[in-house]
Amino acid sequence: MTMRLREVADLLGCQVVTGEEHLDRLEVDACFAADLMSDVLAFSRAGALLITGLASLQAAHTADVADLAGVLFVSGKRPAPAVVELACENSIPLLSTTLSMFEACGRLFGAGLGSAVRR
Amino acid sequence: MNGDAPPLPAPGEEVLYSESFPIRGNDFEHGGSVAARVKVILKQLGIPSDSIRHLSISNFEAEMNVIMYADEATLELQVLSGEVRVILADRGPGIVDLDLAMQEGYSTATPEMRQRGFGAGLGLPNIKRNSDVFSITSTVGVGTTLRYAVQFEA
Repeated sequence: MTMRLREVADLLGCQVVTGEEHLDRLEVDACFAADLMSDVLAFSRAGALLITGLASLQAAHTADVADLAGVLFVSGKRPAPAVVELACENSIPLLSTTLSMFEACGRLFGAGLGSAVRR
Repeated sequence: MNGDAPPLPAPGEEVLYSESFPIRGNDFEHGGSVAARVKVILKQLGIPSDSIRHLSISNFEAEMNVIMYADEATLELQVLSGEVRVILADRGPGIVDLDLAMQEGYSTATPEMRQRGFGAGLGLPNIKRNSDVFSITSTVGVGTTLRYAVQFEA
């Protein structure tokens, strides 16, 4: 099961912060949800969608160095301009939903996406 | 710096690329920028993407460690045929108990560090896990030197 990021954005009623042009191109089959970037760096696999409540510069750097497909900010978190700029430079789409971490994860799991835990 | 010079390549080893990157302690605003720059360089050099991911994760963790705990450091990148080496020597408080620091979950992080998504006690073990070669030396009150490398088929 894969979903285009466009479908993810539609399913969760996301605001597209940056990377609109990549949404129809990028597909994900799995997600990794954490506020702890060390967890993401340690345990996620490449190509995953990162779901997080941490809207800091380090979230965008994490998505870059870990080769993630994009970042979904939950609970209405909006990243600062410097974060958006960094993501834009690295072609990493940023989405923002008002749903909680739990509900965003639940909906994506229900839609068939898996867990992007590195074996 | 702590006087711990980067190792010279062994005779016959050719360094294809090398560069040094300074990192300043407490510079959270730039935390991750060195790892990002190194990633771009490794891509341009045609290093395999799996190896780049391992190195980039280690570089980011190591960079954040300097920002969180040390005064300053230099990250030295050495690209050889089939291997990328990183030597990160910092000037800082050093690590009292290296065995403890290498344990997953052990941390001396402050709330500010945790707010940034770090300080969970995963950094050093994570660097080790992503490296084919890993060593750490530390002198309390002087600094810490990390050496790690990722190898690949040239």
